[in-house]
Amino acid sequence: MSQHFHSIRIETDRCDGQMKCLRSCPTQAIRIRNKKAVILEEKCIDCGECITACPNEAIVALTDPFGELNKFKHTVAIPSPALYAQFGRTILPDRILAGLKKLGFDDAFDLAITCGDTSLAIEQFLEEYKGPRPLISNTCPSVVRLIQVKYPQLVDHILPITGPKKLVAKHIKEVKSVELGLKPEEIGTFYITPCPVKMIAIKEPDIEDVCYLDGAISIADIYGPLLSALEDVDQGSYRKGLESICILGIGWAVAGGMHRTLKLENVLDVYGISEIIKTFDDIERGKLRNIDLVVPYSCPQGCVGGSLTVENRYISYNKILRLLETLERENIEACRDKREIRERYRQKYFHMQHKYEPRPIQALDRDLGKAIKKRKRKEKIYDSLPKIDCGICGAPTCLAFAEDVVKGDAKLSDCIFKIPQKYKKLIDELNSLLNGFVYITKEEEHNRRDNNIRKKS
Amino acid sequence: MISRQTFSSTYKIVGRDYNKAGNVSIEVKEILRELGIDPVIIRRVAIAAYEAEMNIVMYADRGEMVLHLNPEMVRITLNDEGPGIEDIELAMQEGYSTATQEMREMGFGAGMGLPNIKKNTDLFELKSTVGKGTSYNIVFYLNPTREI
Repeated sequence: MSQHFHSIRIETDRCDGQMKCLRSCPTQAIRIRNKKAVILEEKCIDCGECITACPNEAIVALTDPFGELNKFKHTVAIPSPALYAQFGRTILPDRILAGLKKLGFDDAFDLAITCGDTSLAIEQFLEEYKGPRPLISNTCPSVVRLIQVKYPQLVDHILPITGPKKLVAKHIKEVKSVELGLKPEEIGTFYITPCPVKMIAIKEPDIEDVCYLDGAISIADIYGPLLSALEDVDQGSYRKGLESICILGIGWAVAGGMHRTLKLENVLDVYGISEIIKTFDDIERGKLRNIDLVVPYSCPQGCVGGSLTVENRYISYNKILRLLETLERENIEACRDKREIRERYRQKYFHMQHKYEPRPIQALDRDLGKAIKKRKRKEKIYDSLPKIDCGICGAPTCLAFAEDVVKGDAKLSDCIFKIPQKYKKLIDELNSLLNGFVYITKEEEHNRRDNNIRKKS
Repeated sequence: MISRQTFSSTYKIVGRDYNKAGNVSIEVKEILRELGIDPVIIRRVAIAAYEAEMNIVMYADRGEMVLHLNPEMVRITLNDEGPGIEDIELAMQEGYSTATQEMREMGFGAGMGLPNIKKNTDLFELKSTVGKGTSYNIVFYLNPTREI
C-alpha cells in the first residue's frame, strides 16, 4: 500500500507473535494480527530496533547478498566508518580496506575521507546560514524519516547537504568509467552498512535524488569472511596506518565524532530514538533556538550501535574515540586540502538538489468534522480500557488500540478485558483467584454497583 | 451538529513545576496532528501554547489551558492564578522581561514570550488583574478565506 521503500521485512514463517518487537518499536508501527507481526508502513522509520528485539530472527533487513558482486565488471566496496570500529584496536582502516580487496572487491574506497570533506562543507554552510535554527543533521536516514512522519513541521530544519555515500559513489562511477573504459552501470558500488536504514538511500531515490550505489552489504554478513581475510593481509606499519586516517571523517561512526575536530560550539549530539523525540519536541516548541546544529543518531552511541554490527557498541565507540585522541595527539590530519573543499563548496558540489518533503501520518479522517468525532470516540474508548498496555489485542498500548478501533483497523472485542456481561459469574470466580486483576469496564462497574444497591434495599 | 463537531479539552498547569512544563503544549500539538490540521498552523499553535504555558509555570501558582477546536478555528484559552501583569503594553514589547536570574539561566527571559504569542496567532487577547491572575485568549483560523 505504501509507496515508500522499507528495508525491514517480517519472515512470517518464523514469527510466533511474541510481541517483543511490538514493545520495542519507537513509533508504534508494529501490530500483531493473527499471531503474526505486521508493520504499519506509514509509521515505520526503518530504525531496526525490532530486528534487535526479535528472539526468532523473524525480522530481517533487506541487505544484498555477497554474490551480487559478479553482476558487475568492476566492484568497489565503500565501508561505513563503523566497520573500522568492529575490529581490535591495532587493526587500522588501511588494513581493513586491503582485507576487503582480498575478499573479492576490485577496489575499496575510504568513505571517511569524504565524510571529512562533508564535515568541512557543513562547517561552511553553518557559517553562512541565516534560516530557522537549529538545523538537524541528515546523517541518519531514520531521523530524516522520523521528521517526515512525526515532525513534518521540521523538514525545513534538515541540513541540505548531500550525504558522503552518494558523493563517493558518484565520484567512483565517474572516475572509474573513464579510467577503465567501462560504462557507469558496469561498475558496482557496494556500501558496507551498519544498519538496515541505509538501504533506503539506495532503493528509494526520493531521499537521495539519483542513486549511484548499487547495493548494501551488512557488516554482520561480511564480518566473518573479512576477519579471515585480514589474517592474509600484512600487518604493515602502525604509524603508516594512522597517517592514512582522515580525522574529520572517522568520527562519523560515533555520536559526537562528526564535529569533534571542527570549531563548532553550538552543536548537540543526541542518540536513541526516544531521546531524539524529546529533543524534537523541544525544537518544535521553539526551544533550542540558540543551537546551530543537532546531530541525532537513532542508534545508541551512533552508527557503531547499528543493528547489523557485530562488536559491542561501547567497545567500538571506545575504539573510535581512542583513535581520534591518538590522531589529535600525534597531529595527524590525513584529510583533503581545505582550500580545495571550499572551492568545491562554492561550486555547490555538496548542496542537495532536492528538498525533503513531509510525509505526515494519516489523520483520523480527511474531513475535520469527522476527525473530531473520531477523536472523541477514541478518547471514550481509551477511558474504557484498562490502560495496562498488555498488548494482547495486538497493539502496543491501549491508546494505540483505541486509535486502531476508531480507524476501523481493530475491533473493540479484540481487548480481552472487554469480557461480555454473560461471563460475569466467571469473572467473579476468576477475580477471587487473581486478586481482582480481571478488569471490568467502567459501565459494568456502575451496573454492578447499582445492582448491589438494589439488592441491599 | 455544530457541537458534535467541536472538540474541547482542559489541562491543568502547575506553577513552578519545571519537570512537567511544556507537556500540555505537546499534548495539544499531538491532538491537532491526529486531526489532520495543517502542519504550518500546528507549528504556530505549538509555539504560542508553549510560550503561554511557560508563562504560567514561571510566574503563576496554578492555571488551566482549554483547547477548543471546530472546523473553523483553534481557540486556546488560558487562565492562571498568580501575580498578574502590571503593564500589559510594556510586557508586549520585545525584549522586556521580568524573569529572574534562575529563569534566565534556564534559557527564558529574553522578553520574547508574549510578543512571540502575538506573532504566531490570528487573534490574541490578554487580560490581567494584578494580584489575581492573567487570562489569555488565542485564536488561529483554519480556513484562511475566513480570516478577515
